[in-house]
Amino acid sequence: MGQLLRGARLFSPGDGLDEKRDILLEDGRIARIGEIDPKGHDLIELKGLVLMPGFIDLHAHLREPGEEYKETIETGTLSAKRGGYTTVVCMPNTRPPIDDPEGVRFVIKKAKEAGHAKVLPAGAITKGREGRELAEMGLMAAEGAAMFTDDGSWVFSSSVMRRAMEYASAIGRTIASHPEDRSLSGNACAHEGPLSVKLGFETAPREAEDIAVSRDIFLSGLTGARLHLQHISSTGSVELVRRAKDVGLPVTAEVTPHHLLFTYEALESYDTVYKVNPPLREEKDRDALLAALSDGTLDAIATDHAPHSPFDKEYEFPLAASGMIWLEMAFSALYTFLVLPGKISLERLVESLTTGPAGVLGLDDLGRIREGAVADLVAWDLGKEWEVRGLASLSRNTPLLGKVLKAKPERIWVDGKDGKDGKDGNEKEF
Amino acid sequence: MPLMERLHSKDLIGLEGITREELELVFSTADTFREFLDRPIRKLPTLRGKTILNMFFEASTRTQASFDLAAKRLSADTVSVSKKGSSVEKGETLLDTLRNIDAMRIDAVVIRHSAPGAPLFLARNTEASVINAGDGLHEHPTQALLDMFTLRGEMGDFKAKRVLITGDILHSRVARSNIFGMKAWGAEVVLCGPKPLVPEEFRAMGAEVSWNLVEEIPKADVIMALRIQNERLSESYFPSIREYRRLFGITADKMALAKDGVVLMHPGPVNWEVELDPRVTEMVKTVILDQVTNGVAIRMAVFYLLMAGSKEEEDGAVA
Repeated sequence: MGQLLRGARLFSPGDGLDEKRDILLEDGRIARIGEIDPKGHDLIELKGLVLMPGFIDLHAHLREPGEEYKETIETGTLSAKRGGYTTVVCMPNTRPPIDDPEGVRFVIKKAKEAGHAKVLPAGAITKGREGRELAEMGLMAAEGAAMFTDDGSWVFSSSVMRRAMEYASAIGRTIASHPEDRSLSGNACAHEGPLSVKLGFETAPREAEDIAVSRDIFLSGLTGARLHLQHISSTGSVELVRRAKDVGLPVTAEVTPHHLLFTYEALESYDTVYKVNPPLREEKDRDALLAALSDGTLDAIATDHAPHSPFDKEYEFPLAASGMIWLEMAFSALYTFLVLPGKISLERLVESLTTGPAGVLGLDDLGRIREGAVADLVAWDLGKEWEVRGLASLSRNTPLLGKVLKAKPERIWVDGKDGKDGKDGNEKEF
Repeated sequence: MPLMERLHSKDLIGLEGITREELELVFSTADTFREFLDRPIRKLPTLRGKTILNMFFEASTRTQASFDLAAKRLSADTVSVSKKGSSVEKGETLLDTLRNIDAMRIDAVVIRHSAPGAPLFLARNTEASVINAGDGLHEHPTQALLDMFTLRGEMGDFKAKRVLITGDILHSRVARSNIFGMKAWGAEVVLCGPKPLVPEEFRAMGAEVSWNLVEEIPKADVIMALRIQNERLSESYFPSIREYRRLFGITADKMALAKDGVVLMHPGPVNWEVELDPRVTEMVKTVILDQVTNGVAIRMAVFYLLMAGSKEEEDGAVA
């Protein structure tokens, strides 16, 4: 006996699927797609809804262990689920950092206890994320680490990065890099351009990112290792990724919702909610990112969900923490501000949240609607308007508070399990 | 006194966006106070009962003294808080600091802070008038006002005059405020110094950019030399003091190329023999000490225009 979902438009551009079909879930997988006899199954009507694969976020800060006042694995994964995400890759820059197998085990255990979205921890590349000695990548991979990154800092030594890439490729894992040459970016808190110079910020040029991207691509060429470039934000980086792909290097790249939606013009307010790293850049960067997302140069939209308490953000701009939260409203915001005005297609948006990130992780049966795939599914009401408030995240650092967005998940299945959490007394069931 | 008018805002955060009319209002108000400062009894009752808080998160002697003196000349009560470093080092957010200000029922806050935008943040979140006494690399509006006021006293209307600002423009809030103010007044502004300290981004603010001082000096009506800090040397913005002095220092040999009647300014404190050769002060008209006296008059004018009168009168004046 399975769950028969009926009446929804199945939409999975990665599978070339966009039609009204029945779908049967059994044992956590998609058992059948087509005309299905409801006899013996739980019948679930999804008329008027669009059923998509559950989204995969390659880049979220869940803050546990160590900064539970900002977010916990429980609240972070609940936010994820409410935003249509069924899988979240969490970053290792916790306190202490996730740089050993015990840390990986802890995160996975916490995520299972919470029972919302699935969590795939990213382990650190180097011990303490200090860029000097390799962390135990093999042992972490055995515990379930999905990729490795020192996110928040770039592995500055080319020699250490080379060894890390060689080592990771032998255990079948991707190295993800936060490309930022700190010897060029220094204490900068803003992108370098006429506006930020006028406003008196310490600034860093795009090239602080481009130089780092460039080196990492060369090292991918040297080692043959899979390289994933995190939160690409500049015209130059986009071009470098495009060329790396043209010559067939195993390089992938992600972009954040904020770099797709905002520019550094927002800094004119000195509002620290717009302080992010890499910094918001100019319109031409945003245009290049949108074009690269459309043509497939960028593989994934990754949120860089970065919860911070008001205490972390109410400082003077240069001292305030970097980052904004996204999990609960990333899709809705991107759908409302990019798909509806025709800046990107719904197909590319959904690919970049499903098969795109699954490909980065090398996980073929996630992010798909096809027989045999994992039954991670979300039924969306694309027409539903909702106001951003009452978020599940412990933090509120988003410029979207109070904004009205379109598209809201109505139902969600994680590993075939109906994702009701009973914790939201409002209009939603899960 | 033509003092029923007001500036368009309750605060003075910067000169970006200021109009020539507003500048004229500030200067004509300062004229009155400047005259008054030469009288034997130099105290007015204008701001009696008002309280001004001087919050200096960065070291300053002259600016802080100038604000304090300006407040006292207008009979305001002043409270001074000098803290090195930022609120963050005390474990307090800027918003905490702000809540304390509001709790103390302060009428105006003069703030100097190392972070750009800190005064704006305060201004948005308090009823008190906020006066920026320098925020990071962003703006230092009263300094630029007094520079322009001094220039006006020296040259009359300096509209269409060519003002050459030399030195560390990148790290100078004084330069930024002067660019905005002088452009609004109608002057031409040229920036000159080593390229790493005078990036092309400044063109977007309406200034000209040059890296050749010898070419610029003969064209200038006004030369303002900015202080060069030793730390810029260790940060590789230029190779040596010797080279800086040779290429960008206002030296006697270079000043020999200047127009007759050129005015030399410096917002202080001067790093003699680096950006400025002391012999030059004997060659041309310098207004460095006038700048200091005028600073008090300008700050009195700013306090007056932002604070005098009741709220009702202010609303009436705006309408």
